[in-house]
Amino acid sequence: MAMIELRQLSKAYGAVTALSNLDLSVPEGCLYGLLGPNGAGKTTTLRILATLLAPDGGSVQVDGVDALKHPREVRRLLGYVAQEVAIDKILSGRELLQLQGDLYHLNRADRDHRIDDLIDRLGMEPWIDRRCGTYSGGMRRRLDLAAGLLHRPRLLVLDEPTVGLDIESRSAIWQLLNQLVEAGTSVLLSSHYLEEIEALADRMAIIDAGAVIAEGTPTDLKQRLGGDRVTLRVREFSDAKEAALVRSVLEPVEGVRQVVINRAQGFSLNLVIEGESVIERLRHSLEGAGLPVFALAQSRPSLDDVYLQATGRTLMDAELAIAGQRDLKQEKRQSMR
Amino acid sequence: MTSPLPPMPPSANSPGALAELTQETLALTRRLFLQLVRRPSTLVAGVLQPLIWLILFGALFANAPEGLLPGGMSYGRFLGAGVIVFTAFSGALNAGLPVMFDREFGFLNRLLVAPLRSRSSIVLSSVIYITALSLVQSLAIMITASLLGYGWPGAAGLVLVMATLLLLVFAVTALSLGLAFALPGHIELIAVIFVANLPLLFASTALAPLSFMPAWLGWLAALNPLTFAIEPIRAAYSGPLDLSAVLLEAPYGNLTGKTCLLVLLVLTIGLFLLIRPLLNRKLS
Repeated sequence: MAMIELRQLSKAYGAVTALSNLDLSVPEGCLYGLLGPNGAGKTTTLRILATLLAPDGGSVQVDGVDALKHPREVRRLLGYVAQEVAIDKILSGRELLQLQGDLYHLNRADRDHRIDDLIDRLGMEPWIDRRCGTYSGGMRRRLDLAAGLLHRPRLLVLDEPTVGLDIESRSAIWQLLNQLVEAGTSVLLSSHYLEEIEALADRMAIIDAGAVIAEGTPTDLKQRLGGDRVTLRVREFSDAKEAALVRSVLEPVEGVRQVVINRAQGFSLNLVIEGESVIERLRHSLEGAGLPVFALAQSRPSLDDVYLQATGRTLMDAELAIAGQRDLKQEKRQSMR
Repeated sequence: MTSPLPPMPPSANSPGALAELTQETLALTRRLFLQLVRRPSTLVAGVLQPLIWLILFGALFANAPEGLLPGGMSYGRFLGAGVIVFTAFSGALNAGLPVMFDREFGFLNRLLVAPLRSRSSIVLSSVIYITALSLVQSLAIMITASLLGYGWPGAAGLVLVMATLLLLVFAVTALSLGLAFALPGHIELIAVIFVANLPLLFASTALAPLSFMPAWLGWLAALNPLTFAIEPIRAAYSGPLDLSAVLLEAPYGNLTGKTCLLVLLVLTIGLFLLIRPLLNRKLS
């Protein structure tokens, strides 16, 4: 059964469309990644899931519960870690967790036990009794993750959990997320870091302009693009003439396509190969033509290639394009109650 | 390596609705008090300001001719009731500030993501906090006033003082919480508080009796909710408790202690009813 079912979700902020008929199905027990540039609608989707925002249209089901009709039940089974961490500077981390535990109606002994456990897991012991106002970004994020986990939710929703974090905090969070999924929690996280989704997600969706444009396991998505990326040289520094010759040898080989001469890399050749033992055939042909392979690097297509294929631009270009159009002040006002 | 964290069924140990409501309200109230204890400047300022009023303003008219004030009261004793009410009033007027900051910094969202039994607990915790704070401040003023020789109400009088202050604090807290959700930010809220504070004090019987005022100001003062709180407290200070005695000869008729309390009660209930739809909308 699906842990999350979003159907035809739409949301507009005034004239700006944030979501347009977004469909998403997140299976139970997996770590699901939502990839997309800033402003693609990731945060809006997660805020709707967390019952903080009502969609203009569409349906939201979490673990079979209609989130629009029974928001309180959904709040019980969902943990939400927002992007901008709202903490109370005056309280200590422990006091904040105690407050959180009381808001989820844990009994006191249970609450304190779980708090100790999370302090241990997230390495918060040295600073948890200091006031939150003194925390670094990584500390705050870890504290907020602990707060989201305190009631042991069946579904954890994280909005860009590691953006701007130091490596230590990031790996602590990644490790915990993996443990959680192993123990049976479903996790949905948004990110605009390809490598984060690559490293963590069992399944993923690419969101662009408020709709899902590709969905599957990262491996699937990359395989669907087809083929491996190969870089090949017949000598360290070749020339145009030799490269053209190599290309003419390679192009007829079965399973080879998109052969491109890369002038910038000393006239090496970039190509896509698909099928069984293409490399052997390709080596054989080149040897037959008296051009033995000097170096060959083979790589799987990356998620960046997937994103490029789906949207026609790289993630970086999308970020830059959107950065110019956003009104952050306006967005903050919209998130205020 | 620590053991994994299994998710728990949501209803593992669900206590009753009332227990849940109590738990969340107490937790939210505790947070407000922790903030107060660690950042006591609001409390200190809230006690100091009325003390300065009492001492400086009291001294200003210390040499006023005797018999000028109703019942031959000294000015300090006359002023005492006004300052007590003003303290409770300005304390309660600030009730919306913490809520406003929570809205602005997004802490409110953290509360709204949690499965609160009722979101009234957010409002309720503010009411409890502000009420306790205002009463403590008022008590501090009353004790100081008595040390200055301005008197002390008897046991029955003290009950009346507390009841009157409670009604006023509830009403003003409701107003302030309503503003905290209606206004766009804390700058606007502070502006409203700033503008409301002193004029309401001047246009009441806190500093001078109605007989000193021109007719138009007398009308304003006789309609001002602060006056309805000041007069019963002043009466409690000046003699045996009689709620049916006429306390104020307003331009529109005589006001007894009972009428004053009734007006405050109606005002409180009215304000809560008025802000309810707003709170429901903002917290839904």
